Amino acid sequence: MIIRVQSDPFDVGATLNSFAQDRRDIGAVVSFTGVVRDTQDDLHEMQIEHYPGMTESAIKTIAQDAVSRWRLADILVIHRYGNLKPGAPIMMVATAAAHRVAAFEAADFMMDYLKSRAPFWKKEITQAGASWVASKDADEDALKRW
Amino acid sequence: MNVMYFAWVRERIGMPQEQIETQAATVAELVAELTAREERYAAAFADISALRVALDQELAEFDAPLSGVQEVAFFPPMTGG
Repeated sequence: MIIRVQSDPFDVGATLNSFAQDRRDIGAVVSFTGVVRDTQDDLHEMQIEHYPGMTESAIKTIAQDAVSRWRLADILVIHRYGNLKPGAPIMMVATAAAHRVAAFEAADFMMDYLKSRAPFWKKEITQAGASWVASKDADEDALKRW
Repeated sequence: MNVMYFAWVRERIGMPQEQIETQAATVAELVAELTAREERYAAAFADISALRVALDQELAEFDAPLSGVQEVAFFPPMTGG
């Protein structure tokens, strides 16, 4: 299990290539990368705040749930905080399992739980000003799938 | 105890954390105590349904007891991922 909470950028490709590379008992690796989105072409940057200590323990708890539930061979979570520019990777999740369904489902589960149970808060700085990104009811509803 | 504020809760109260001596038995009592203190706390705690609380870095309910708790954190719903 690899969990990193960092302000530094990371290389999605290199991280994925090295993930679970020594395992011969897996048949599937699924990865998800979250990227700073700027659909209105007015985003200057996204500021991500977190709760040091709780962030790491919350992610670890969620990842351990995923590992036991889908019998994952390995799992990786990287999540950045600080000031990020549009197009920058915010976070990535990778799951490794014997079969693809487990790897896909576990990655989906991880994203639903990281969204509303990992203590991060996003603030968008646009030309019009700064505003905190609000959570959506759909984010909370998504947890009921699991 | 150490009381921490994140995101817009931190901005409204104007500081990231503070040490508070309190006799409050529950989170709700602590919120009432802070709300009565100054307008900026009242502004931050105006709508409890828009807030979440963690006790010693674990999510909790507002009726949870504070006995033995070292760190309380107030924040809006999380937006990770």
